[in-house]
Amino acid sequence: MDLSLVPLLAILVSLAAVVPIMLSSRNPNVREFWTILTAVIKFGLVLSLLPGALEGRSVAIHLVDLAPGIPLGLNADPMGVYFALIASGLWILTSFYSIGYMRGADEKKQTRYFSYFAVCLSATIGIAFSSNLITFIFFYEILTLATYPLVIHNENREAINAGRKYLAFTLTAGLLLIAASALVYHYTGSLDFTPGGLFTETDLPPTTLLIIFILFLGGVGVKAGIMPLHSWLPAAMAAPTPVSALLHAVAVVKSGVFAVIRVVGFVIGTGVMAEYNLNDILIVLSGLTIIIASLIAFAQDNLKRRLAYSTVGHLSYIVLAVALLTPTGMTGGIMHIAAHATMKITLFFCAGAIYVNLHRTEISELNGISKVMPWTMGAFAVGSLGLAGVPPINGFFSKWNIIMGSLDGDMLIPALILIFSGLLNAGYFFPILYRAYFKKGEGLEHHKEASPFMVVPIVITAALSLLFGLFPNLFFNFFDLATQISTTLFNVTTP
Amino acid sequence: MMESQIPALIALTLALFAIIVPAFGLKNENYAQPLAVIGAGVASLFSLVGLINFLNSGEAIRYSFGGWTVPVGVEFLYDGIAAFFVLVINSVAFFVLIYSLHVSEKDLSGRKAAYYALTMLMMLGFNGIVLTGDLFTLFVFLEISSLASYGLLAIGDKPAPYSAYRYLIIGTIGGSLYLLGIGFLYTVTGTLNIIDMSGMLPQLFENNAVFGAIILMVVGIAVKAALFPMHGWLPDAYTFSTSSSTALIAPIGTKIGAYTLFRIVFWLFGLDIVNFFAPVTYTLGLLACIGILYGSIMAIAQTEFKKMLAYSSVSQIGYIIMGLSLANPWGFAGALLHVLNHSVMKAALFMVSGYLRMKEGHSDIRHFNDTYRKKYPWMMAFFTLAAISMVGLPPLAGFFSKWYLALGSVNNSNWLFLTVILTSTLLNAVYFFRILERVYMKNPDQAGDTNGEIAVQEYTLDPTPASVLIPTGILAIGLLVIGLTNAIIVGFILNIAPFG
Amino acid sequence: MKKKMIDFILGHYAYWFTIIIMCIGLYGILFKRNLIKKTIGLTIFQSSIVLFYVSIASKWDATVTVLDENIPIENVSNYLNPLPHTLMLTAIVVGVAILGASYALLINIYNRYGTLDEQELLDKIS
Repeated sequence: MDLSLVPLLAILVSLAAVVPIMLSSRNPNVREFWTILTAVIKFGLVLSLLPGALEGRSVAIHLVDLAPGIPLGLNADPMGVYFALIASGLWILTSFYSIGYMRGADEKKQTRYFSYFAVCLSATIGIAFSSNLITFIFFYEILTLATYPLVIHNENREAINAGRKYLAFTLTAGLLLIAASALVYHYTGSLDFTPGGLFTETDLPPTTLLIIFILFLGGVGVKAGIMPLHSWLPAAMAAPTPVSALLHAVAVVKSGVFAVIRVVGFVIGTGVMAEYNLNDILIVLSGLTIIIASLIAFAQDNLKRRLAYSTVGHLSYIVLAVALLTPTGMTGGIMHIAAHATMKITLFFCAGAIYVNLHRTEISELNGISKVMPWTMGAFAVGSLGLAGVPPINGFFSKWNIIMGSLDGDMLIPALILIFSGLLNAGYFFPILYRAYFKKGEGLEHHKEASPFMVVPIVITAALSLLFGLFPNLFFNFFDLATQISTTLFNVTTP
Repeated sequence: MMESQIPALIALTLALFAIIVPAFGLKNENYAQPLAVIGAGVASLFSLVGLINFLNSGEAIRYSFGGWTVPVGVEFLYDGIAAFFVLVINSVAFFVLIYSLHVSEKDLSGRKAAYYALTMLMMLGFNGIVLTGDLFTLFVFLEISSLASYGLLAIGDKPAPYSAYRYLIIGTIGGSLYLLGIGFLYTVTGTLNIIDMSGMLPQLFENNAVFGAIILMVVGIAVKAALFPMHGWLPDAYTFSTSSSTALIAPIGTKIGAYTLFRIVFWLFGLDIVNFFAPVTYTLGLLACIGILYGSIMAIAQTEFKKMLAYSSVSQIGYIIMGLSLANPWGFAGALLHVLNHSVMKAALFMVSGYLRMKEGHSDIRHFNDTYRKKYPWMMAFFTLAAISMVGLPPLAGFFSKWYLALGSVNNSNWLFLTVILTSTLLNAVYFFRILERVYMKNPDQAGDTNGEIAVQEYTLDPTPASVLIPTGILAIGLLVIGLTNAIIVGFILNIAPFG
Repeated sequence: MKKKMIDFILGHYAYWFTIIIMCIGLYGILFKRNLIKKTIGLTIFQSSIVLFYVSIASKWDATVTVLDENIPIENVSNYLNPLPHTLMLTAIVVGVAILGASYALLINIYNRYGTLDEQELLDKIS
């Protein structure tokens, strides 16, 4: 473990950016320049950690103690770098997109919006690099707080209610996490994330372990959108679309999924999970979530809500993949974090572009819009096909790995659930495409494609989805990284 | 040599200023407040020196007055917990006294000399309680501080004298019960010195008088600490008194009661004796749990900001007593850290409420709106910090006291306490985010035109005086600093914890 | 058994008086509606504790703690214990101060509300 300031800088850079962003509130161009500059610097910092992570090394830094013996520790291990890379990379695109969206929709209080967005990203990277549970909770709660002003951005009744619901769910989750951590500390004397888990040498009664696990599940399950803890996510769609895109498809919910991986792989340990059959709980819950969320998505006419339920379903893909406790499945799950991120952000970007351009939010109003917004709808097609698992888009690749993983583990039902859910995905996405491409639209005469600020990021994310599907190792060796992580998790426990 | 005089110096400084303030203040009442600030400032300086000295030497100072040694004479006992409490109360008082310059102008004009003399007397009483090593002297200081605080709380709105009178009745009964308790102890031990007596008590394990004394003293002190169900005097007294009085007494007053409980439970009797006849500390913990939930729920029900904060005080004192009840190092650390945190948070919150009252003429939550954010941007930012800390979210200080209490509960396998701590976080969130929503957002329920746009209310940026802004800001930002450096503080607390 | 009981009661008669006085005081505090009477109850309550302290200092065949030429100073048992008395001097002073403070408050209450009846006060406040 090497000492390095890079993880700390990666967190601080966007936190520091809040000051210039706020100071230049009267000059939007300068303000947005700061956001973009920060995003690029942040991405560069995280990228510089990648070569080390690919070799399985991790760099760490310990700051002040948060409690006696428990430092505010940052540790950029492969898993953290992987997640940080996705979040910070997509932040650059979202920043450009936000400019187009916020100006296009003429939103108020844009300075607040960009400031808190930067704080959110700091917290997300903090979550990625946390080396122990307390540091993790520390950033997890900051993320909760910093997202709240973004959720209530519109300041209408709907947004305020969504904000309340959001806080109620996430604060409760934070408390359960605190309780779980206190228990872990009491029984193991440590809170450090260790590949293979902390419980390897302790001999606990199954009920105690079950309680700890359920507390953890409540704590991380909220952000991971595991049913029945998901309902804040559709409500949070009251936020502006870029928030839904980056935070509620990537940063916030993926920190939940990331936390599931941390808990399963680094706190409880895959070996202990299997020994006490705790993964069965996860499989059942996530399997149900996948099916139910997909079914609910059918009933949604609001585009963003349908996407939200689709997100709930796909988050559980990852949870399910983790719960399989097989290396291939784990690799697939980790891959799906990236895959779902690029695809879902594309779809949300499209939804936002349609809203800004045509002021339409309902699916039934989307007839024939591919004529006026060909690029947007093209990207939408790529994203939705990918989520349905059509090759060669990256969604197929990760899903394939998960199914292989479940077969490795001699589990047929998860594989069937995934295949069935692919059909359901197709079922609720294809009608949108059908309307957009094959129905005749009305009132579209005077509209053109959305602003380039929005269209370019959309096309880039769609292209990324496609490219990662064709060449999983193309840019950042994502596949190698994911394999690397899952092998470390299982090598420790199966000596 | 100077170091060993610290305990006496702290008390004498305040006693001296209790005379200087009226002496000069009666000539020109504008001298009173600065002098009181200097008094509290010098006292906190001495407390700081004393704490540093304690950290260096690691030894408690036993200061015998007039050269009379124990058990004949009266002594000050300046050990770790005393050093900690003295520093907390004096520095918080220092900031609150700076703040009080303009805030209570309406209530105080013409009476400032007397008012600030009373504050000095009250601080003398509080410091005396913390410093003294003698049970009867403790009673005297308790009554000095109580008398002064009856006076301070009686100034304010119309019902203030009545709520102060009620506090007087309840407080005097509490003090008398405590006095009766030490009478019992005196009959069986023949001494009043805490260290002396704690050496004799183990031989008196099964003596009924000791048990009677425990009950009487704990109940008597719990009244001062406003532990549920002896909290009845607190909400009205805090609500109706003038802003600077509340801001001064609310953060400190109940903590002194808590301190006395710690002193008698851990240092005088010891856990074994306290719990010999009945599970006293566990009962205290249960009361604390009820108090936490009751205080939080009542706080949610309030529409008056100050009263809400007062009920929240009832709930927060429960955290401290719960830490006592856990009786393990983590619980102790959580409790003492919460003493510090809550003093700072509550002071900052009452300072904001007092300033709003001064400016708006009311502090009714239903009338809060988003112009406050524009009028008082800094005060609202400080309020937000303090509120989030009260809720207990990182990286602010409140999170960490909660964490140590949770750790302590888990250590004792006490799931009830753990649940209560965590639940109360949610309740706190309800009543603080309710205000944040109003202050930072347009209220969609307010009358407006059909577009949902509300008619822009007239506002101008409020020129908040530095005497209000700076102390509040230091306390609010202090919460962040305490949060990030809590490991150092907790390391110190764990060192002075009275557990093997 | 019965005799023992009576001995116990008679042997502690000073304490019983203390308790009776204390109860009278508490009765006044809790059940009198007039605030002046409440305050008097409080004073009685405090007095009971003063009496308790004085009673624990008493001894048979002992005199007050003023040096008497007939009793040598070594004869400690012939002098009362002086400490409780001195303590009570302080406690009495505290009690007087509280009494003064409470009358000051009562004057204020009367000036503001024109009544000292608790029920009327509560009605006027709420």
